[in-house]
Amino acid sequence: MGSNGSIGAGRFREVFASRHIGTGADAQAEMLKTLDYDSVESLVEAAVPDSIRDDSLESILPPAATEREAITELRALAGLNRVNRSLIGLGYYDTITPAVIKRNVLENPSWYTAYTPYQPEISQGRLEALINFQTMVVELTGMKTANSSMLDEGTSAVEGMLLARRASGSSSNVFLVDDDAFPQTKALLENRAEALGIELHYTSYDQSPPPSDIDVFGAFFQYPGASGRIWDPSEAIAAVRAQGGLVVVAADLLALTLLKSPGELGADVAVGTTQRFGVPMAFGGPHAGYLAVREGLERQLPGRLVGVSKDAAGHPAYRLTLQAREQHIRREKATSNICTAQVLLAVMASMYAVYHGPQGLKSIAERVTLAARYLADAATDGGHTVVNGNYFDTLLLETDRSADELVRDAYRAGYLFHRVDDNHVSISVDETTSADDVLAIAHVLGAESEYAVRDDIGGWLPERLLRTSEYLTHPVFNTHRSETSMMRYLKYLADKDYALDRGMIPLGSCTMKLNAATEMEAITWPEFAGLHPFAPREDVEGYLTLIDQLESWLADVTGYDSVSLQPNAGSQGELAGLLAIRGYHRSRGDLERTVCLIPQSAHGTNAASAVLAGMRVVVVATDELGNVDLDDLRVKIEEHAENLAALMVTYPSTHGVYEHEIRSITDAVHEAGGQVYIDGANLNALLGYARFGAFGGDVSHLNLHKTFCIPHGGGGPGVGPVAAKAHLAPFLPSHPLVQNDPRWSESRWSGAAEGGVSRPAHANIVSAAPFGSPGILPITWAYVRMMGAEGLRDATGAAVLAANYIASRLREHYPILYSGENGLVAHECILDLRPFTEATGVTVDDVAKRLVDFGFHAPTMSFPVAGTLMVEPTESEDLAEIERFIEAMVAIKAEADAVAAGRWPADDNPLLGAPHTARSLIEGEWAHPYSREEAAYPVPSIKRNKYWPPVRRVDNAFGDRNLFCECPPPEAFQ
Amino acid sequence: MADTSALKYTSEHEWLLIEGDTATIGITEYAAEQLGDVVYVELPKVGDTVDAGKVVGEIESTKSVGELFAPVSGTIAEANSAVVDTPELVNEDPYGRGWLIKLSVADASVFDGAGFLSKDEYDALVAE
Repeated sequence: MGSNGSIGAGRFREVFASRHIGTGADAQAEMLKTLDYDSVESLVEAAVPDSIRDDSLESILPPAATEREAITELRALAGLNRVNRSLIGLGYYDTITPAVIKRNVLENPSWYTAYTPYQPEISQGRLEALINFQTMVVELTGMKTANSSMLDEGTSAVEGMLLARRASGSSSNVFLVDDDAFPQTKALLENRAEALGIELHYTSYDQSPPPSDIDVFGAFFQYPGASGRIWDPSEAIAAVRAQGGLVVVAADLLALTLLKSPGELGADVAVGTTQRFGVPMAFGGPHAGYLAVREGLERQLPGRLVGVSKDAAGHPAYRLTLQAREQHIRREKATSNICTAQVLLAVMASMYAVYHGPQGLKSIAERVTLAARYLADAATDGGHTVVNGNYFDTLLLETDRSADELVRDAYRAGYLFHRVDDNHVSISVDETTSADDVLAIAHVLGAESEYAVRDDIGGWLPERLLRTSEYLTHPVFNTHRSETSMMRYLKYLADKDYALDRGMIPLGSCTMKLNAATEMEAITWPEFAGLHPFAPREDVEGYLTLIDQLESWLADVTGYDSVSLQPNAGSQGELAGLLAIRGYHRSRGDLERTVCLIPQSAHGTNAASAVLAGMRVVVVATDELGNVDLDDLRVKIEEHAENLAALMVTYPSTHGVYEHEIRSITDAVHEAGGQVYIDGANLNALLGYARFGAFGGDVSHLNLHKTFCIPHGGGGPGVGPVAAKAHLAPFLPSHPLVQNDPRWSESRWSGAAEGGVSRPAHANIVSAAPFGSPGILPITWAYVRMMGAEGLRDATGAAVLAANYIASRLREHYPILYSGENGLVAHECILDLRPFTEATGVTVDDVAKRLVDFGFHAPTMSFPVAGTLMVEPTESEDLAEIERFIEAMVAIKAEADAVAAGRWPADDNPLLGAPHTARSLIEGEWAHPYSREEAAYPVPSIKRNKYWPPVRRVDNAFGDRNLFCECPPPEAFQ
Repeated sequence: MADTSALKYTSEHEWLLIEGDTATIGITEYAAEQLGDVVYVELPKVGDTVDAGKVVGEIESTKSVGELFAPVSGTIAEANSAVVDTPELVNEDPYGRGWLIKLSVADASVFDGAGFLSKDEYDALVAE
């Protein structure tokens, strides 16, 4: 490991890289000996092609800081932010995160270091939390089925629009949009509709009922409206549905504890955010959006859906259901490019509902609306006009004074009003609005006296819209009222799951590296967690500085000119990058350049994103080594020369190989006028050794949740920044409400109207908030700050070393499917189980489940090649854990050989029976040809540290055939 | 279960039982095995006119999605509602109760010109 600074400084400095990287110098020397290389440097040099290697090592990154120094610097940045009391609203509200949830979920590695629950047997805890989330959403919205969260409200509205289009059966391309929708939602709908040929018509439904002669495939309603207004949309909804359109309603969950649900109003789809259920605003994210549908539309749902099935013993067990809908299977035919969810945040929101229960939520809502009512009186008394007679938490005020003056007065008192126009402001109150706040705001509004606080909520909430139906009646929402009970419920769930705090998660292509405690430290500081995304610039200088630094660092390490941190998942980064390419071609008048070449071996999301960017996917063959077939590439380029928009290629390849022809590939695309999109999913195998921008990339997305240490959170959050060369920079995501930063001002777009194609200022917006999920950017900032250029390079070397070491040690037991020159892999290796399956009948599934008995999370199954396991140890695992994994894989091979040799029958052996629960070993007679000891303790090393899975193998087919996506009644578990 | 040697086959792994101007169509045992546990089947509506080579339905398993192609142009005479309710029939009895659609053509001679495979030819294709 490198040290840095002068000799003197090095002696006293604790080097963070040596904490992040699991293998020390001695371990690395031992591993290198096995591989027959004398240094990590020589190993990487042999693996990475000369043609792309960047040995200059010039970097703008500051020298690595220690953990303590990084925290000090973050404190200084936090000090540049100012936490005023936000009354801005527009989908983001201050909220109280119950401390028991903050400490036991958000700050607990058992929750935040878990992976997406693709292995259900070791994910029952968060799957239960997500079923609670789905149940909460379904019951509050009055829908039939909800997915397990979306990226944010705005993108959820987009998904609602796309769902309406494919499910309505209408041939119309027109979608009606509520005039009173949030501005960021409008901008997102506009941007996404444009790429797909959907026409938006804005309407004010009740003032001009939708004329029945406009043919639409769907309509969008905001409930309550952005202005706070509440009205009864049921007639307008019925009118849209009568002519065959589907209705999407964006609803505020807290308001729904008092108001009739979208389901009761006749909606087909409900969307929104769960942010105000205990998830900090965090300058825009991350938060869990939601999407729910009425009966009959379940199969149209994008994203991840948790369902109830049963395990091999017939006991109920949760799993992700209907997965064949998803982009990794349907590729360009997918209904959506959404992969990940916001699991950690969805868990927090669901636990907020578990903790407060239906009565608690309702009393919070009542408190909120009573505060709004009080302020309505105060505003009237102060000489302003309350525009809407019916409201929940938001008042639109018309004022004789200038809105700017009122906003300024409020700011002086420590409150943020939303300026609507010259003589309108709006204010939204929330759970945190105290009696003192109400008095202070009333004073700003010019009220002379104090008013009686009402003790009922009648009058301003319309009688006919008052909710009478029950919600959250399941015991889980009515049990955990004491903190003791809540703490234990969270522990009970966490104990069921396998996360990085138990052991290695060697998932190929997922990069389950360390999420260091120091990196996580700042995210809950109020200066980072407490800011509204549309707060004024003077309040967010610390954030803007951090973002600016991080953007420039990421641009530097990837060889690009410009970075946008707005996309809040890898898939959204892909979409943003492809929309930038689309915008670029169109700005030059190349309207016909719409073909996107995608290698056969690409991640399925690539194809799905291309389709959503309005492109046509043409598949390029890959050769037997998993590399792009150059001959086929040339044929496809020639065939589509006039229409070529882009090539999307992953580097190193999805097969975990450094492709030696990458330069020929990027050159060929450029010669034909196409742009090169390099998928940065595997950037962690390149950092410090090569830069995308230097070997032909025009644009890439990065996965901060892979390469840059943002935890996976059990299936989200993610951040997928898009990085581009200067010519694409004007087409990177913008936002209508971004802080007044010169980089983001109108002038940035002035050059973009070339070619006669004008673009609105919010062009290519892909997230609801201007900077996506800034609340977790301090994690990546801290990682880069503490690693420095040298540490990042060391991490790459250690990751490549670990993967090659495993490949080398397991090669005699399992063929390694692909390797590059010198027989080396990159940062991951593919174990080919197909010959093994043929010889023994033991499948990839059996091996994956058997690994649970050995105390491991399985590697990636059947991607990119069916019948294989892809192993990525990452740089963070130490040699002892790597050896433990090798021991397990060797032992499993021996077990399979025993099956093949007839020692155990093919239909009853420890592989097929895996995983083994404690219950299955104890209950009833043991009637298997292998012992209980062989089942549970296959190697002695786990006797002292045994992970017991809570369920046996989960029945996938049963779950898909019998869709059930809500909390099962408690009797089901008896 | 039908006599599989009397059936015709396509390279898309579908089988046809041709009776006059109507063909009963399903997917082969090989295709069903490749898909794995079938959990959902979507079929065209009776009366729909379909074009040869076009996708008319979907067979979804826990891990993948198979498409149902119309082997010739014609009209959907019947769709097997039993497999829609009980998708596992496709795995259990692909040549019998797991049939998917009946397709009627205007002129039965199109079946002769469609280039279908015999059982031996199909078996050879699968063996490749």
